[in-house]
Amino acid sequence: MKRLLSAALAATMLTTPAFAREVKIGFVTTLTTGAAVIGNDIKKAVDLAMEHIGGKMAGLDVKLIYADDGFKPEIGKQVTDKLIKQENVDFVAGYIWSNVLLASRKSVLDSGKFLISANAGPSPLAGKLCNKNFFSTSWQNDQTPMAMGEYLNQKGVKSIYIIAPNYAAGKNMVAGVQRTFKGKILGKDMTTWPTQLDFSAELAKAKASGAEALWVFYPGKAGGAFMKQYQQAGLKDSMPLYTSFTIDALSLPKFQAAGFNDVLGSKFTQEWDPSLDNPQNKRFVADFKAKYGSYPSFYAAQAYDSIFLIKSAVEGVKGNLDDIDGMRAAMKSANFPSVRGKFTYGNNHFPIQNFYLREVVKDADGNWTTKVAKTVYKNNQDPYAAQCPLK
Amino acid sequence: MDYTLLFIQTLNGVQLGLLLFLVASGLTLVFGILDFVNLAHGSIYMLGAFISASLTFLTGNFVVAVLLALPITGAIGYLIERVLVRRLYARNHLDHVLATFGLILVIDTTVQILWGPAGISVPLPAWLNGQVELFPGVVMPTFRLAIIGAGLVVAAGLFWLVNHTRLGMLIRAGASNSTMVSALGVDIKTLFSLVFALGAMLAGLAGMLIAPITEASINMGGEVIITAFVVIIVGGIGSMKGAFVAAILIGLIDTLGRSFLDDLFALFMSQNAAETAAPAISAMLIYILMAVILALRPQGLFPPKVR
Repeated sequence: MKRLLSAALAATMLTTPAFAREVKIGFVTTLTTGAAVIGNDIKKAVDLAMEHIGGKMAGLDVKLIYADDGFKPEIGKQVTDKLIKQENVDFVAGYIWSNVLLASRKSVLDSGKFLISANAGPSPLAGKLCNKNFFSTSWQNDQTPMAMGEYLNQKGVKSIYIIAPNYAAGKNMVAGVQRTFKGKILGKDMTTWPTQLDFSAELAKAKASGAEALWVFYPGKAGGAFMKQYQQAGLKDSMPLYTSFTIDALSLPKFQAAGFNDVLGSKFTQEWDPSLDNPQNKRFVADFKAKYGSYPSFYAAQAYDSIFLIKSAVEGVKGNLDDIDGMRAAMKSANFPSVRGKFTYGNNHFPIQNFYLREVVKDADGNWTTKVAKTVYKNNQDPYAAQCPLK
Repeated sequence: MDYTLLFIQTLNGVQLGLLLFLVASGLTLVFGILDFVNLAHGSIYMLGAFISASLTFLTGNFVVAVLLALPITGAIGYLIERVLVRRLYARNHLDHVLATFGLILVIDTTVQILWGPAGISVPLPAWLNGQVELFPGVVMPTFRLAIIGAGLVVAAGLFWLVNHTRLGMLIRAGASNSTMVSALGVDIKTLFSLVFALGAMLAGLAGMLIAPITEASINMGGEVIITAFVVIIVGGIGSMKGAFVAAILIGLIDTLGRSFLDDLFALFMSQNAAETAAPAISAMLIYILMAVILALRPQGLFPPKVR
């Protein structure tokens, strides 16, 4: 008996260190500057996800460490380095901005840890620089505007003018819309990012070009600024506006407060919408609204998904965090409840998923939100997957 | 060449220039007359935007909000001078930079606590929100024309104040020899406080005018202050006339560069290369101008005659 007891004791002593480990997740997002609005919404969603999983994955405690990239690639890389070297995290997730993700990519992947992008989807990471330990819970940058280009074709738009910021994501977005739009592109302006917020010169050029429609990509506060100047320029009737990532659940309440009624009825494409009918999404949207009093943004939805993706990895190996191959295989199967519904992962670990046309409407309480107007793409894969050597 | 477009872009450039002038004139007043480097000038610009945004929602009228917010930003400037800046006149410029950098952090954080990080979208009254057709084919947003108008009125007012009033004479005298002016029985300290408050009001006004175009947001000050410094360096530090000319010049260079550089580049390089190079170069143009001015005429275009 005594021997058995000591053997049992020894066994627990041997096994506990491995199993008493906690799952450490570093979450890099933007918590300062004006772009903190996005980061805060993401943080809310991640906190909600933690609440929904009871702070545990496969019985292990989850330790979440937020880091602020300050809206700058160099700071994003610094905090990523710190998460890897000092905190020794198992997963690094987050990343709103493509340029920040590209700067931080190497630090995570060279250390053999998992990198989960909950938003940014720069083309190199989907193509030549794809990595077995990188996963996305969002999209590759080109895809959303590709869906918009397809929608423009369906509407019979013959010519557009393009205005977008001059950085990694902006270039991808423009490439995306150019890839699918079959009409003429009568002009293109790339503006300084993120400082340029006055678009008088670009709007005047767009108008002079005589294009039938205008397409822009302006995330964050630049989007609000652009929408207002577009309206002040009085182009609404002569040159309808189509956008990607410019109107979101963060800007809609602001537009509503400012009585900016032109925004109602605007259409844009996305892989998710608060009205999507699946149990995970219903719970997420209802609880988010109950807890924070606002609709979640698509940024929030993707961040919420990222925690459940990580949970599926940890559960796939029953909490054995040293089993990197096992966790990778678990994530690759995309076997977790996603708020966008079921999707699969391509060889480059970007989702193969639907893209919807979202339309800005008033909800039952009079608040501005969106609904799905139609499905533009079914199971769409990004165009860079073929360049990725992974199988 | 499309002359209508050129004309519209020139107007856009002048409008941007006048907005820059509002910020730069306050900076050059404080720098030139008080010999004080105020990095926090941009934060006051931001404060102006937020205060007028809140007042717009409170009063329901943007114009009333601006008229109310002006004395408030002036008072804030006065307070900053009395509490902090006054103690630093005798110190060197590096101390000014350190102290006002700290002030930026304090003001930015205070604004973030009071208003949140989200920024505020400022609605315009209907009569300012439309467009005006100046000539057939030349349509400008009314509010942009209003900014041009307001900028010109303020510029004229400042020239009159500095060059043709007793207060302006004292200001100029105080700038060239404050000890002597004070020995003649003028309360130089109050005079300096008033100048600082005036500078704050000008920056605040610029913030109030830009808010309906972009929005009131954290860090908007940081985005404008660098350009404002470029303006006063090009124009000649301390010179109101220099600030005016340089601001318009920089507004025009920036706007016309953004508008026409890609077409210009496309004449001698491929369309693709032009599309890539033009935005990068047009973002650099004003700094290239500053570098050229510093090399050829380090005192600026119109250095003040005093001293």
